[in-house]
Amino acid sequence: MADKEYNPKIVGFLCNWCSYAGADLAGSSKLKMPPAISSIRVMCSSRVDPVLIVTAFLRGADGVLVAGCHPGDCHYEKGNYYARRRFALLRKVMETLDLEPERFRLSWISASEGPRFKEVVTEFTEHIKGLGPNPVKEKTSL
Amino acid sequence: MAKFLELDKGTEAGIRELLGQSLRNGQVKAVFALRRTTNGAVNYSLITDPQMMEEAVPLFPSMPSNAGQLLSRLTLKGPVEGPVAVVVRPCELRALVELVKREQGSLEGFLFISFTCPGVYPLKASANGEIEGKQTQYWEAVKSGKVVPEIRPTCRACEHFIPYNADITISLVGNKDVDKRCILFLNTAKGAELVKGVGGKLSEGELETAELHAHREERLAEKKSLYDQGQLSGLGMDGLIEIFSRCIGCRGCRSACPICYCNLCTFDSFDYEYEPSTYEEELKKRGGVRIPPNTIFYHLGRLTHVGISCVGCGSCTDVCPVDIPLSAIFLQVGEAVQKIFDYIPGKDVEEDVPLATFEEVELTEIEE
Repeated sequence: MADKEYNPKIVGFLCNWCSYAGADLAGSSKLKMPPAISSIRVMCSSRVDPVLIVTAFLRGADGVLVAGCHPGDCHYEKGNYYARRRFALLRKVMETLDLEPERFRLSWISASEGPRFKEVVTEFTEHIKGLGPNPVKEKTSL
Repeated sequence: MAKFLELDKGTEAGIRELLGQSLRNGQVKAVFALRRTTNGAVNYSLITDPQMMEEAVPLFPSMPSNAGQLLSRLTLKGPVEGPVAVVVRPCELRALVELVKREQGSLEGFLFISFTCPGVYPLKASANGEIEGKQTQYWEAVKSGKVVPEIRPTCRACEHFIPYNADITISLVGNKDVDKRCILFLNTAKGAELVKGVGGKLSEGELETAELHAHREERLAEKKSLYDQGQLSGLGMDGLIEIFSRCIGCRGCRSACPICYCNLCTFDSFDYEYEPSTYEEELKKRGGVRIPPNTIFYHLGRLTHVGISCVGCGSCTDVCPVDIPLSAIFLQVGEAVQKIFDYIPGKDVEEDVPLATFEEVELTEIEE
């Protein structure tokens, strides 16, 4: 590991209607970005229970990205508004217990925003690289 | 100014008489309160026989289970055909309101009697008549308006000891004549109706005296010291692992929690059982895993699920067989998340649970 470059593992929960399509567009436009993200397609960002994110972190993800439609553009009208509240809550739980909330990111990426997807992934990957590997990976008493 | 009724007898005797009479003259169909059963245990009961009111101990300083949970269950399939007079603590009433908001029960048909709550002793002290032996010390402290010694840490740290939705509020904390005079604040027309014909003297006054404010300050100081002891800031994963290392996974905290109402809990789901390949994968990463896995996951998960509605009743700590200070964690994390939405769980039944509603423009700081 020491001599190789550190490639973080980021779990991305992408909403089917906007961000997943945005990721798809970034791919088909052949935009270059770090290969750090493992995408999980969900029907809506509000479909992501915070415990799924907790799971990802406890199982060793270095970062978790949740991406959905911009506020006002949700395919289901208001799913992302609920999601925003839920993740504000999750982040506060992590903050209060000092569990590295900065490893979590919520971003709005529309279906037409391929370049923005690339940007978010590149930026977030750099950010996580700065933080280093998730120390939870090595814990044996979870 | 609020209206209050003063009865010329000890507070508990006064309540007992008021409720006994209400049962006899049909003003209420039943009473829900703590009752001392023949074998000495204290439990919640529904009482319709006025004679049985002799066994009622509505102010007994113990919380065998959060009554909010019990009343939710009682009304899960439909409201009671009231009126049913209910004597519960403020946190129990708040838990019920939270559950009703989540469509887990109904407030209909109930007449709520609550009190300025001095707190309760740990459940473990209910064995061997220990609480019995502490009654004198308890009521002396109540009279003095000081925080009662040896009550549960969560109770010491509770700032919501004045009930929010009671029809009648009994004055306990700081009531110097608690054993001689029963003072009932009549908050609603329903409450005023109930005491008609019971005699006593009607007056006007304030429940929230300067003394009660001073008491709140004392509780707030206790809360601060509870938080300081808990040292959640800077806890981190290592701290969490240490706290929960002795968790035996009995799920007692979940059963006792009034807010945890799901019949099928996600943490019991087959989906969270590891596949043999998952164990292998995890072992490759770590070289060792705790069996069963997911202890931290369970507690963090529960925090994200119930934190927003946690009323800080302390039931989780009370039932924990290995004395994990759960309620200190839940109280502090709960308060932090409730603060985002300026939310006090169980205060107002009309106010939505924050996760079930939203504002179109808000929380932009969490988007990147």
